[in-house]
Amino acid sequence: MYKLSNLLLACVFAFSVNAQENAGLRLPAGFSATLFADQIGTARHIAINDKGVLFAKLNNANKAGQSIVRMEDANGDGIAEKISGWGKYGGTGIYVKGNQLYASSDDAVYLYQLDANGEVTNPTAPKTIIQNLHSRRQHASKSITLDPQGNIYVNIGAYSNACQEKDRSVGSKGMMPCPILDSAGGVWKFDGKKENQSYAEGKRYATGLRNVIGLDWNNQTNSLFVTQHGRDQLNTFYPTMYTDAQNADLPAETMYEMKEGDDAGWPYVYYDPFQKKKILSPEYGGDGKLEGGKNALDPLVAFPAHMAPMALLFYKGNQFPAKYKEGAFITFHGSWNRAPLPQEGYFVAFVPFKNGKPAGEWEIFANGFAGADNNKTPRGAKARPCGLAEGPDGSLYVSDDSKGAIFKISFNK
Amino acid sequence: MQFKIVSLIVVALFYCVQANAQNMQKGKKIYEAKCLACHQADGGGVPNMNAPLDAASNVVGKDIARLVRIIRYGYNERIALDGFYYSNAMTASPDLKDNEIADLLTYIRNSWSNKASAVTIAQVQAAKKKK
Repeated sequence: MYKLSNLLLACVFAFSVNAQENAGLRLPAGFSATLFADQIGTARHIAINDKGVLFAKLNNANKAGQSIVRMEDANGDGIAEKISGWGKYGGTGIYVKGNQLYASSDDAVYLYQLDANGEVTNPTAPKTIIQNLHSRRQHASKSITLDPQGNIYVNIGAYSNACQEKDRSVGSKGMMPCPILDSAGGVWKFDGKKENQSYAEGKRYATGLRNVIGLDWNNQTNSLFVTQHGRDQLNTFYPTMYTDAQNADLPAETMYEMKEGDDAGWPYVYYDPFQKKKILSPEYGGDGKLEGGKNALDPLVAFPAHMAPMALLFYKGNQFPAKYKEGAFITFHGSWNRAPLPQEGYFVAFVPFKNGKPAGEWEIFANGFAGADNNKTPRGAKARPCGLAEGPDGSLYVSDDSKGAIFKISFNK
Repeated sequence: MQFKIVSLIVVALFYCVQANAQNMQKGKKIYEAKCLACHQADGGGVPNMNAPLDAASNVVGKDIARLVRIIRYGYNERIALDGFYYSNAMTASPDLKDNEIADLLTYIRNSWSNKASAVTIAQVQAAKKKK
């Protein structure tokens, strides 16, 4: 009996140690993960400086009243032991360029100065770079990235699902032309140094994007890449045209390379990954088969529907094996609009690239964020992958905006 | 006499429970058709977007009229609930009849971890008069 209980104890111990291995993530062979930080708040995008100091933008201020969190792992054990923060406004975007740190609220972009130790010098007095952008509840978060010339690209999401006269209402037609597109539903370009810019000083760089949260500048192609959140609720509003199962798979979440003036087609079309076509939206007279969007881009990559791509990062480092070099990592927050079918996502995907073009099928890179597999509900998920950052040593950081975990993923050779 | 009263109570209770189970079943069907896509099978909603119904103070609270209004007219404002904000627009359901709204609310108020009073047709009608 004594032996049996010992054995049981040993089993329980082994199991609990095992559960913590790789911070609970499932990774390809040779990779490992640590829980770099935990419970820091609703960590949306993350950025890192050249010394490996990590910064997270929180969606809401945390219990300590901070909305930008600074994390430093001074002893190099893969866990941040120095954690501090500042800022009072919620938001999503964050970007570090040398000693300059950009952070966004849902209607503005601010610029902070960092000192040689990566400490902020003007926490309560940032420069306002961009202000008064539309923030109308839906798709309000502002993601940001910069090009090498210092121009800043800001996503202004459409405050609508499909540009209906009455948003998310049965039988309401799509507005023609969609009036939202003049000031949202695209990516805007601004000068990264000029203060107090708004629509008048900026330029609509690309349009027809319902909501882009993941965006990154690709240095190889010298162009902007984005991931779009496709529309919701085809079955809810058009139950005679789309079954629950069809809605669960339509439309694709998409990746585009956006050059100046490009149009990705929202709200007039969505991308059907099975027919491999741009299909006219039912709000604009579509029937699930009629094509549309002749002048709109086709996606470079089509991912399963509703998984919600939250960040895009081109891997520049040398730590990971060669196949990852210049390829794209994408976080998938996890779906909600696949119900009543099981939800999907809650992982980090990888797309191999060669010469600036996708060179193979996308694959799951890191999985297990949701916890137990039957726990894939937006509320029940243990973690929802959101932001991405690449450390100076080539490690990959992933943030979770539900409970506030930061995962650090490394390759061990 | 006492025996008769007891049996009557037992029978009445039995019918009440039966009716309740029937209402719950009808409410569940409506929930699955109209609400589940956004509010989810676990009633947990979607963080930042669709408000949870499970363990939500408004849902199990006393203001039935407000719940009836939200179902009939939809909801198009950012809502603060139990310390979090939710931003998605909710679709109106003007086609639901009074008894269907009562069944739906009874189901929502008594599913997952929710345990609140059932909603009657009379309460729905009173709520509609209030406007």
